[in-house]
Amino acid sequence: MDITPTTLLPLTLMGYVLGCAAGLLFLRHEKLANLCSFGCATLAALCGTVACVMSLTAGPAAAPIQLQLLPTLIPYVQFTVRLDPLSAFFGLIVSLLGFALSLYSLGYARGFYGRKNVGVLGAFFNLLLLATTLVVMADNAFFFLMVWEIMALSAYCLVSFEHEKPETRSAGVLYFVMSHIGTGCIMLGFLLLFQASGRVLGNYGPDAYSFAGFHALTGNVSWLSSGSRDAAFLLFLIGFGVKAGIVPLHTWLPAAHPVAPSNVSAFMSGVLIKTGIYGMTRVFFDFLGTPPMWWGVTVLSIGTISAVLGVLYALMQHDLKRLLAYHSIENIGIILMGFGASLMFLHMNHPLLATLALIAGLYHTINHAVFKGLLFLGAGAVLHATHTRDMEQMGGLAKRMPQTAFFFLVGAVAISALPPLNGFVSEWLTYQSLLQGFGTTDSLLRLMFPIGGALLALTSALAAACFVKAFGITFLAQPRSEAAAQAHEAPLTMLLAQAVLVAACVFLGLFPTVFLQVLDPLTQQLTGLQISQQLTLANGLVLSGVNQNGGTVSTLGITLLGLCLLSIPFVLWLVFARRAKTRIGPTWDCGLKGLTPRMEYTATGFSKPIRMIFKALFRPRREVQREYDFSPYFTTSIRFEAHVEEVFETRIYRPLNRWVLWASRRMRALQAGSLQAYLIYIFITLLLLLLFAL
Amino acid sequence: MKPDLFAILLQTALLLALAPLISGCIRNWKARLQNRRGPRVVQPYFDLIKFLRKDMVISEHASWVFSAAPYVVFITALLVGLMVPMVTTQAPVSLFGGVLAVVGLLALGRFFMALGGLDPASAFGGMGSSREMTIAAIAEPALMLAIFTVAITVGSTDFSHMVAAAQQSGWDLLNPAHLMAFVALFVVLLAETGRIPIDNPATHLELTMIHEAMLLEYSGRYLALMEWGASIKQLVLMAILVNIFLPVGLAADGSAAALGLGLAVFLGKILLLSAAVVLVETVNAKLRLFRVPDLLSAAFVLATMALLSTFIFH
Repeated sequence: MDITPTTLLPLTLMGYVLGCAAGLLFLRHEKLANLCSFGCATLAALCGTVACVMSLTAGPAAAPIQLQLLPTLIPYVQFTVRLDPLSAFFGLIVSLLGFALSLYSLGYARGFYGRKNVGVLGAFFNLLLLATTLVVMADNAFFFLMVWEIMALSAYCLVSFEHEKPETRSAGVLYFVMSHIGTGCIMLGFLLLFQASGRVLGNYGPDAYSFAGFHALTGNVSWLSSGSRDAAFLLFLIGFGVKAGIVPLHTWLPAAHPVAPSNVSAFMSGVLIKTGIYGMTRVFFDFLGTPPMWWGVTVLSIGTISAVLGVLYALMQHDLKRLLAYHSIENIGIILMGFGASLMFLHMNHPLLATLALIAGLYHTINHAVFKGLLFLGAGAVLHATHTRDMEQMGGLAKRMPQTAFFFLVGAVAISALPPLNGFVSEWLTYQSLLQGFGTTDSLLRLMFPIGGALLALTSALAAACFVKAFGITFLAQPRSEAAAQAHEAPLTMLLAQAVLVAACVFLGLFPTVFLQVLDPLTQQLTGLQISQQLTLANGLVLSGVNQNGGTVSTLGITLLGLCLLSIPFVLWLVFARRAKTRIGPTWDCGLKGLTPRMEYTATGFSKPIRMIFKALFRPRREVQREYDFSPYFTTSIRFEAHVEEVFETRIYRPLNRWVLWASRRMRALQAGSLQAYLIYIFITLLLLLLFAL
Repeated sequence: MKPDLFAILLQTALLLALAPLISGCIRNWKARLQNRRGPRVVQPYFDLIKFLRKDMVISEHASWVFSAAPYVVFITALLVGLMVPMVTTQAPVSLFGGVLAVVGLLALGRFFMALGGLDPASAFGGMGSSREMTIAAIAEPALMLAIFTVAITVGSTDFSHMVAAAQQSGWDLLNPAHLMAFVALFVVLLAETGRIPIDNPATHLELTMIHEAMLLEYSGRYLALMEWGASIKQLVLMAILVNIFLPVGLAADGSAAALGLGLAVFLGKILLLSAAVVLVETVNAKLRLFRVPDLLSAAFVLATMALLSTFIFH
């Protein structure tokens, strides 16, 4: 059997099914369940990665692969999978992360032995991988919605895996509700598309709800000018926005991601929210045709707001996983900034810039998947070792878990958009497209680009501050608790998985010009241009903007030059300091009897200046209670509490919640429990429907 | 456009040699202005040599990050220096990155310096890191927007292109847009180099220090690298300011005469700017920490107005 995407793809899907079955089969043998289910998932995801890479590198001329998974049993429901470049790109993200996470789970799941059922975890994890892979490859709206729902439900089961804790249960329910509001909007959106394509085709058969049918709409003039296209845009923006976690629909995300097992949180933050991005790319760029200006403006504004607010709230967290979850909101915002700019350029008929901005967004999508996955895996390893997510209990882990610390540091540098790693490259592309965009129009709207750029600068500087805190408080200085002092390095599979993602970060950071070639078929599909050659200078060493004078950057060049410059400190050492000795001594303690961990800076203290500067947003509140015997200067005990208000929760969601409860109490009058009344309702509904049909 | 080895070596040497001199000048002039005699202008060189020779004491709590930080700070400062035109119109490695890479590399150095401050488990270091990252975060949008104003007019994020375009168009410093962008960048320069009114480079008093608090546990050659890196960063930021807004006398080719003239003019411009910094430091008092955001947001507003006025005048 030769290795082609056509043969590898069914193998991948079969692997996940097998892994799911194995997990359920060995419910009572946890070791066997762990090995079989996560082993199957690892191999299957590896196959998937190879299949997607092969299909992306096959060149733009290669026809997309189409497969019928199951025979059509029910009319209208066709289980067809299609691997076009866009699907292959997102499939690559799913499979690459799936591979690293399954490998990680082999070691991580051992922590659940004797406490929880590993078989169930493995089964749902495989189901989630299967459903997510199918979501990005489904070829018609029905199949898409089915696997979308399976994905949401299996993710719900995984979030609620440790359901003994009340916090987990409420987070799970919140996720469940929000996710279904989103799905409802997506369904309505697809219905609008279905209606339009049915009208164009003249029949409402299977072609009308296939993705090819939706794509055909882009050529239809009456659809392009119709109001239902704008309605569809808004519905999809909300529907996929809930999944992606845009502000203000993000509240489920920081609740659900931290409470899930770490391998699942990594998958949710790295991949699951990207299905929202996939949906937006598919619909906005492939189905809806040339956008009006306000779409791009909306998306760019939402992106900017999400980026800034996401990182500001992240700074206030001292729960390591919650902090990372808020950063996902920030990064989704950065991705959408690229997309929004791209939509605006498409409207203004600048396909070249639109392609550049789209590439920036897509590049950041895969980058975020890789480094956020990496960071969550690091957080999982820390959780595994210290049994706490609270950063105030950590510290000193760099000496106790050196490999994990190094991997986490790489992830932290990457997510803070610092050169030479991958986060910098995609933000560089975003800046370039924003700055080039200034010249595209004469309207006042062009000011959005530089202001957006400045806010992006604010975002990345705040992200750097946040990750100095996350890394510094967690891994450096003295351990703040007994658990942190006793921490141990994670098992080999967990380290290997992190190493895979570190390698991906370095590759995407140092060799952007190589990776951009992979995006060529994708941009060909979505905007009709291939610009990787145009972005490459000096045999791939240098990455350039769309025109060479606009600016260039070379992460590889910077790295190599930096390594050469290291010879200067070496020469200085040779000349001056060869005889100098190094002593290990105590840190200066102002003459006290040694420093204790209680004197260290805390995570809350670290972010205090930012809390004070943005106090209009955070509305910080603190309570201090002291007890003393004779003088307030000699306190016997002290209790300190600090809170930050989550504006969206207190101002929007709580009132909304109260209103819904109030309305449903009113509605209860309708449900009197009498059969006759219900029959009347049915009769009236029927009558109304008949009248409506007339 | 190709990176030229000779130019790289020359500019590296210039950065290494000139940076301590500028620090020394500022320190000496400031003392004179305050009726003190002050340290010699060349004192920073002696300090660096002394630090390099000394034994090091490293905190028992520190990890490898503490030792990596000085190298990162030093190397990023040099890299940034190579991307900015100083004496010649063409920076040696401008192909490797422009404005965005410069800001990114400075942030990388700062990131590691802040981690180095947290590592020895002292409260001073943590305080310094926290404040440094906060101030950098609010300075960055002003910095970016001010440079964007120039970048947009020129259509490039590359410093060499900006300088070349500025020379060609006969840059007008009195153009209100550029004046405002210049002032905004000057405020950011004060913040980034830890000068009064934002930070006090001469203090070791815990309530006022930011940059020094992070370096408190460093000694010996690590301290030398940190100090040297900081002064190189200062020189580079000053070079950006003078060469973008006052691009006169830069050498267009590699001839000795042009380079000599370029060096002399560059020195003159940098010393002029240093004098301005000295003046600001002397006539101002250090601001309370929570007043600093006001100053920096004023810089941001200035940069926004600069942008708006380019929009209006075009």
